[in-house]
Amino acid sequence: MDPGFPVLSLLIFLPLLGALLIAFLPGKHTPTDWLVRNTPGNAVDYPKWIALGASLAALIIAVVMFIIFDRSAAGFQFIDEFEWISAEAVGFNVNYAFGVDGLSMPLVFLTALLSVVSVLVSWRINLRTKEYFAWLLVLETSVLGVFTSLDLIFFFLFWELELLPMFLLISIWGSGNRNYSALKFVLYTVFGSAFMLAGFLALGVAADTFDIREIRQDTLSAAFLPVPVIFAFILIAFSIKLPVVPLHTWLPDAHTDAPTAVSVMLAGVLLKMGGYGILRLLFTLMPDVGADADLALAIIGAVSIVYGAIITIRQTDLKRLIAYSSVSHMGFVLLGVSALGVTGMTGAAMQLVTHGLITGMLFVMVGLVYDRTHTRQISEMRGLMHHIPLLGIGMVFAGLAGLGLPALAGFVAEITIFLGAFGSQTAAVSVSLVGVLLAAAYILWALQRTFFGPRDEKWSHLADANHWSEYTIIAGLMALIVLLGVYPALVMDLLEMGVEPIAQQIEAAVSAAAGGG
Amino acid sequence: MLSDVNLLGPELVLLVVGAFLLIADLFLRDRRILMAVAVAALLGSIIYSAILLTEGHTGNQAFNGVLVVDKFAIFFQILLAGAAMAAVLVSSETLQRTPSRRGEYLALILFSTAGLQLLAGSRDLIMIFIALELTSISQYILVGFHKDRWGSEGGLKYLLTGAVASAVLLYGMAILLGLTGSTNLSEIASYIAWQGEGKEEALMLAAVFLIAGFGFKAAVAPFQMWAPDAYTGAPTPIAAYLSVASKAAAFAVLIRVFFEALGDDLLAEHWKTIFAALATFSMFVGNFFAIRQNNIKRMLAYSSVAQAGTLMIGLAAISADRSELLGASGILFYLAGYTVTNLAAFTVIILIANQRQGSYDIRQYAGLGRQAPWLALILSFALISLIGLPPTAIFFGKIYLFETAMQSGLAWLAVVGTVNTVISAAYYIRPIKAMFIDPSPEGEDAAPLPRPSNSVLATMGVVTAGVLVIGLHPGLLINAAEAAVAAVLS
Repeated sequence: MDPGFPVLSLLIFLPLLGALLIAFLPGKHTPTDWLVRNTPGNAVDYPKWIALGASLAALIIAVVMFIIFDRSAAGFQFIDEFEWISAEAVGFNVNYAFGVDGLSMPLVFLTALLSVVSVLVSWRINLRTKEYFAWLLVLETSVLGVFTSLDLIFFFLFWELELLPMFLLISIWGSGNRNYSALKFVLYTVFGSAFMLAGFLALGVAADTFDIREIRQDTLSAAFLPVPVIFAFILIAFSIKLPVVPLHTWLPDAHTDAPTAVSVMLAGVLLKMGGYGILRLLFTLMPDVGADADLALAIIGAVSIVYGAIITIRQTDLKRLIAYSSVSHMGFVLLGVSALGVTGMTGAAMQLVTHGLITGMLFVMVGLVYDRTHTRQISEMRGLMHHIPLLGIGMVFAGLAGLGLPALAGFVAEITIFLGAFGSQTAAVSVSLVGVLLAAAYILWALQRTFFGPRDEKWSHLADANHWSEYTIIAGLMALIVLLGVYPALVMDLLEMGVEPIAQQIEAAVSAAAGGG
Repeated sequence: MLSDVNLLGPELVLLVVGAFLLIADLFLRDRRILMAVAVAALLGSIIYSAILLTEGHTGNQAFNGVLVVDKFAIFFQILLAGAAMAAVLVSSETLQRTPSRRGEYLALILFSTAGLQLLAGSRDLIMIFIALELTSISQYILVGFHKDRWGSEGGLKYLLTGAVASAVLLYGMAILLGLTGSTNLSEIASYIAWQGEGKEEALMLAAVFLIAGFGFKAAVAPFQMWAPDAYTGAPTPIAAYLSVASKAAAFAVLIRVFFEALGDDLLAEHWKTIFAALATFSMFVGNFFAIRQNNIKRMLAYSSVAQAGTLMIGLAAISADRSELLGASGILFYLAGYTVTNLAAFTVIILIANQRQGSYDIRQYAGLGRQAPWLALILSFALISLIGLPPTAIFFGKIYLFETAMQSGLAWLAVVGTVNTVISAAYYIRPIKAMFIDPSPEGEDAAPLPRPSNSVLATMGVVTAGVLVIGLHPGLLINAAEAAVAAVLS
């Protein structure tokens, strides 16, 4: 698909332009300024409108791309490419190269969608709104860049770009122990990316290019690090991001203390960068090592699923509970990938998308409930359904989707993963089934303790969802989750198209190894 | 002979105007005029270098091969004069504090810059030593310029340790002269190529002394002990100048001596290991000590030790194909990026200190994000560049250097470098956190900082733009760095 103009670059940098626009407009109310309405604290009102405009425009572009995406052609589409660094003697070229294929297209859409959601869910923020919305938009640009980069250096550039917005968003607008959590997030990520950079450079040197489309394991000339070491280095970064047990400890802290919108972005798309990286980089570029690592990945995945679920049950803070459930759900991604087949990988990719939607919605709901109750302690809430039925319905719906109720999106992903992985990783799948059981337990138990049960007059003053932004988010996300639950092919065909070449390569690698041995 | 003098132009401009400033101080009362003269001299030096480049004088040797004008020398002449210009432009506060010694201050900066420029163009050990002394003696005085307790302590420490370093350097040069019978770099190289066999130990002894002597100027651990005190005691523009210009010239002369004179495979395999070890040590020492600092000048002093370690990766990374010298061009690229980045950081620090009763305490930076959002953003941007995050100059500089390490089979050194990036993030992020997150001690209503003067604004704008432009479009600078390094090879 060649639209004739750099639509993908436009999509990536549109949010950044919005951020710059916000930064350069005046921050204080002046009587003559038509852009500014007088609001409490003299804060300006336009940043959120600009942020909404920019993220909405990005979403529209993403939807249009999704529609005109050529579903019959494998490989990358909408490619924007030119030479960025071509110093002859440097020995390496870096290209400004972006493109989407079946694997990244749904994730790009998810990012654009959740960015709009996170702007809407921040509608009532009135602390330093200029900076807040500007950083939120920078965050969107960096994630879009990660999902579309076709060059390792640019992938790394956008991967790192996300750090500063996240650090500031958590530590300025967060709650609780936010400084600690923000710094922990940054240090964990930088630690991972240090190894990632070393791995990328080794790959680039050995392949003589940083282009993801050209690097293939069998063409690597004398790598200065053994290929399995490169694989392990890069895997460290992605495992921290995903996250997998035992590298997950930053996640509950960051989630719990982050503002709602940032939790949505964090769970909805930032974690997906880890899963996407594993599929796009590790298994595409180094299929041999990937095929050898299948058992290890399956074990790590199963451990993450079960351990994450057990920890989740014990949580007393509603937001922390959902944060830990992400650890468990992301374990499924590893499990699906470890199956090495098209089905398992499609399921893993689908899990990225559906978990983004569902957990994004769960965090939105928790955030909205918290805005009203000002507590997240499960023990303090009771019978909320009587007072805020609309929010309650949203919460219950998202919870059911999260535990994998059939006809909702989460079910499709998990069943595909199990189908794909059962043949090759029978033991790990059997163990993981416990995780599904536990997921039902922690979600239903949490819902029962907070929303159901007798009416508690303490909460009779609560106002239900009452703002257009809240209606829009809840209805929109619900519709999408149902849509993907009953008609998953909409996204799954694309994902399957995207992972097919990866699976074929692995198959070739495995049979070559079998033939050679 | 006269045409040789022409080749010395960029340095002569500085020396002559410097001497003029010493006298002019007696009758020119206005601080701004004196500063303008100094800036004009530096600008003249840059233009002279550019003319030498465009008129095809590159490769010409002067004074019987003692000096050379090649692209390598010109690269550094321009970089050093630019850094000195930035230092002069942000010095008005310092000059106001010492009204009676304005001419001296500016003249010493010019002398020191001329010395550093000569260093980059020297192809003879004696010339190298003289140039080094010219710049060092000027710098000793500049560090102690304020004559207060900290200034005197810093200046004296710098002087005493500097004298020892000079002695060590001279000793190494003497050994080299005794062994090879020449002080000319290319003659030393040809001697080693023909008759070096069997003399490796003695030659390496000389090399170690040279590394110690130059490493002192570059502030590489374990020769860094002067840096924190000198940075703290010196007027802040001088600290900025030392951190970038001294380091740049030291690496210029290291590249010159080690690739040109001692570049033979016989020795290179050995000194490569020494540089790799020094790089590792320097990165760890600099970063670990920087974590503990509350004074931002001391923090940047230790950070400059760590950065010197990173730069040394380029010296260790002699790629298998010696015709490329990727490590050296990586150093040049990184130095240029580091220069603009550190100058941007120091400019903001000077402005903040002027408003906060000369405080350099990081904890005092709380709330600056509200009071002076642009200053806070620029300082944050510079610190992000120092960590090596995108989209900045050092981000790509690090990729470049680590890449050369990989290509040279030093993957472990690249890993050490990336791990140190993580450690460094822990302290570079502290001022950012203070400015944007910690509540201001004066509450929300603290008065905004007054508008900086035009010269400071222009300096800040240029260096900040430099950080961004090099980060976004590194191609130009890479080509320049490679052309410069190619000159050393031929």
